[in-house]
Amino acid sequence: MNLSPDQKIIWQWDFVVINSTIVTTWALMLVMTALARLITRTLKTEGAISRWQGFLEIVVTTIQKQIQEVGLQNPAKYLGFIGTLFLFIAVSNLCAIIPYYDPPTGSLSTTSALAISVFVAVVLFGIEEQGFLGYLKTYVKPTFIMLPFNIISELSRTFALAIRLFGNIMSGTMIAGILLTITPFIVPDFMSLLGLLTGMVQAYIFSILAAVYIAAATQTREA
Amino acid sequence: MDSMTLIAIVSIITAGITIAVGSIAPALGEGKAVQAALSSLAQQPDAASTITRTLFVGLAMIESIAIYCLVISMILIFANPFWNHVIAPSAGR
Repeated sequence: MNLSPDQKIIWQWDFVVINSTIVTTWALMLVMTALARLITRTLKTEGAISRWQGFLEIVVTTIQKQIQEVGLQNPAKYLGFIGTLFLFIAVSNLCAIIPYYDPPTGSLSTTSALAISVFVAVVLFGIEEQGFLGYLKTYVKPTFIMLPFNIISELSRTFALAIRLFGNIMSGTMIAGILLTITPFIVPDFMSLLGLLTGMVQAYIFSILAAVYIAAATQTREA
Repeated sequence: MDSMTLIAIVSIITAGITIAVGSIAPALGEGKAVQAALSSLAQQPDAASTITRTLFVGLAMIESIAIYCLVISMILIFANPFWNHVIAPSAGR
């Protein structure tokens, strides 16, 4: 029984290995980009808008409102990054309903990549907002002795982001698989329903935590 | 008792104890968090969205401790490197 879709190899040639994670990630990226392109081909600002455009507007404005409530003053700047995180994780977990599909977020490689990109984004947004020296100075607040603890807390936050998402999705798919061998037909349905719910919650949690970390790194010292 | 049997016994028992003991404290913590959220919702229903969002974020952080224990337990049962190492000579055929 393999623990992650990394082990499911679709095609191999010499040292190039195409496993299920790569295939599903690229397929999701292509489908989401194609759908977005199709829907925004005919954007209207007044009159009757199509249902798909209304749906996209709801999604974008909700994410923007959530970013603003976290405390980031200029949500449009962070909307691209945080919205992408939420949409990618949400769609990849929601598609678990499709048979023979393994969510790519159930592999530690994908979640580590997402967590590392959050870490890099926090550093970059912090430097952009407070300058290079200003951002480095936040590591020695409140006293100089806190420097190793601040660094460790940064690294452990990244680690926790990756493991949280990986653990939730991997255990969801694995429990559904185990239940299929014991009590097929009805009981695995409830477990996969629960898996869909936790997938949505984990997507929300990941993006909100990313927003909170960015807000903590970009807040200017107020009086 | 040879090493293969010993590894199997210890892995199975540890996997069970890990998830059993490891989910006690997160469950208690989540109960306290929801209790505090409910009482503050009763006191200030206007701040419901902020309280709910903070509650969910806090619950996810507490839940991740239980998830760590679950991951270790799953690794011990399904992807145990020590078991694979002692099984390898007989499965290599």
